[in-house]
Amino acid sequence: MGVAVMNGTLEKSIQLAIKHSLGEVTSGGEAKSSANFSLSLKAQLPGKGITAIYGPSGCGKTTLLRCIAGLEEVEHCQLNMSGDEIGSLPAKQRQLGYVFQENRLFPHLSVEGNLDFAYKRRFSDNGPSKQQVIDWLDIDALLERKPDQLSGGQKQRVAIARALLTAPRCLLLDEPLAGVDSQARNPILRHLETVAENLNIPMVYVSHNLDEITRLADHLIIMDQGRLVADGPLLDMLSRLDLDVTRQESAAVVLNTQIMGHDDRYSLTQLSLGLQSGDDAQLSVGRLSGEPGNAVRVRIPCRDVSIALERPSLSSILNILPGVITEIELIDGARAMIKTEVARQFILARITRKSMEHLQLETGKQVYLQIKTVALLS
Amino acid sequence: MNLLASDIAALWLTLQLAAVTTTILLIVGAPLAWWLARSESRFASVVEATVALPLILPPTVIGFYLLIAFSPDNFLGSGWSALTGHSLAFTFSGLVVGSVIYSLPFVVQPLQTGFQHFDHKLLEAAETMGAGTLDRFLNLIIPLTRRAFATAALLGFAHTMGEFGVVLMIGGNIPGETQVLSIALYDHVEALDYQRAHWLAGGLLAFSFALLILLYGFNRHKAMNK
Repeated sequence: MGVAVMNGTLEKSIQLAIKHSLGEVTSGGEAKSSANFSLSLKAQLPGKGITAIYGPSGCGKTTLLRCIAGLEEVEHCQLNMSGDEIGSLPAKQRQLGYVFQENRLFPHLSVEGNLDFAYKRRFSDNGPSKQQVIDWLDIDALLERKPDQLSGGQKQRVAIARALLTAPRCLLLDEPLAGVDSQARNPILRHLETVAENLNIPMVYVSHNLDEITRLADHLIIMDQGRLVADGPLLDMLSRLDLDVTRQESAAVVLNTQIMGHDDRYSLTQLSLGLQSGDDAQLSVGRLSGEPGNAVRVRIPCRDVSIALERPSLSSILNILPGVITEIELIDGARAMIKTEVARQFILARITRKSMEHLQLETGKQVYLQIKTVALLS
Repeated sequence: MNLLASDIAALWLTLQLAAVTTTILLIVGAPLAWWLARSESRFASVVEATVALPLILPPTVIGFYLLIAFSPDNFLGSGWSALTGHSLAFTFSGLVVGSVIYSLPFVVQPLQTGFQHFDHKLLEAAETMGAGTLDRFLNLIIPLTRRAFATAALLGFAHTMGEFGVVLMIGGNIPGETQVLSIALYDHVEALDYQRAHWLAGGLLAFSFALLILLYGFNRHKAMNK
């Protein structure tokens, strides 16, 4: 993946090539346990939407984000942001917003003081206004408070607002939900979605939580031990059987659908998997508020999909989709992952090896997928 | 009445000396304390010990070496007189140099403790918001370590007010030029003028006590509010 090859898309993408060795140096105050950790990575990120960096803890994803921000002293850093090379600039000149895991609000300033600190030093006048950011993150009622009077979730919302007010060219988020209790996570994700809808800057979101990533991200980079394992659009990545993400107990695929119509009698909404797909490729979910044509992202856990060779006529399961098997992978002695194509999207089903052999499943075979749960993501 | 005027001159000189010394110490001491708080170099402990020396060394020892350094035969003394045309010994400037060294630990140590407790991660956050070094120092470090700065300033000031041994060695006893309160007090006692001595001694005692009450009251109040 030479940088020169990518010139065609240079204008609207972020390209990075980073080499960084950590001895017993401390990074962000936390000592790295492994003395010979090194980070070496080349990647291209889309210049819009949310890119997630995913990997086990200690794989170097936070270090990578710090390298992008210019907070680490690296051997080599090339960072091309929509055509501008900023890899050799100091952090204060890179014009990137950074949301730290531990919020890092300034304790001597009120929430508004923290926001003003950023706004006074903003990198350009094209960024969002204070009121916009306050509305997106719903922090109007907190402005007078000091950081130590805020809950974990509130602090992180203020930290996100503060980062946005510098009018950054890109927003970097380092596990912003890690220190937040579980009830406060959902609202923050919703606020981040609002920000992503309203603000036309790319975001890089570091997380080891697949649920957060499937909900937010458009693009996924998987890392391990300081190296890039795989990268690509989120939907493709989540159905790749060669990746660890599909090996996990909670593995799930994400589908892009559109609202077709509502069934008021049963309080259901029909979602279509593709424009050309027939009535077959539709999912029913609990009544949604959106209009027909609206895009809806849904998530289907692999463990909630079962396979039948004929369309089951007597079943309580509403969502039964016809598909064609494209790939089969044995997970262990007992279980297998079946990848099927439905209306040009992919659904994974995790079944027992016994059932697989019993049904004589093989690639190219037409099957029916019984989907027990469909989770809405947006 | 003549004596009273000389006491007031001594008081005024002492206040000037303490103010100038404290100002210089805050400017010089802050970067030094910052370096000591952050440095992992082995050399740092040598510097730390040097800074702390005036705490335990008899002031006359410091005064003696300064007197030698101030002599025209030496680098410091000759350099100074080449620059200014004056000698350092037996002048107000000489007293300032002596006081800066004598009160150095009283300013550097509180600052160093304050800087050690300062959360350095905040500086990174400010950096990503485009804040430069001076900006971060003025708008983050000073407000967040203001207690350390207040302690350093008050201790430095009060300690310089009570200086005796160093001044005796390098300043002599020139009224209006180098005669500070503690020296004037000594003169009164020598002359068995206990009434005047009481005024100066009592005044210094009350002043020092008031400063310390102010300092500890302020720190306690801040700690309670936290």
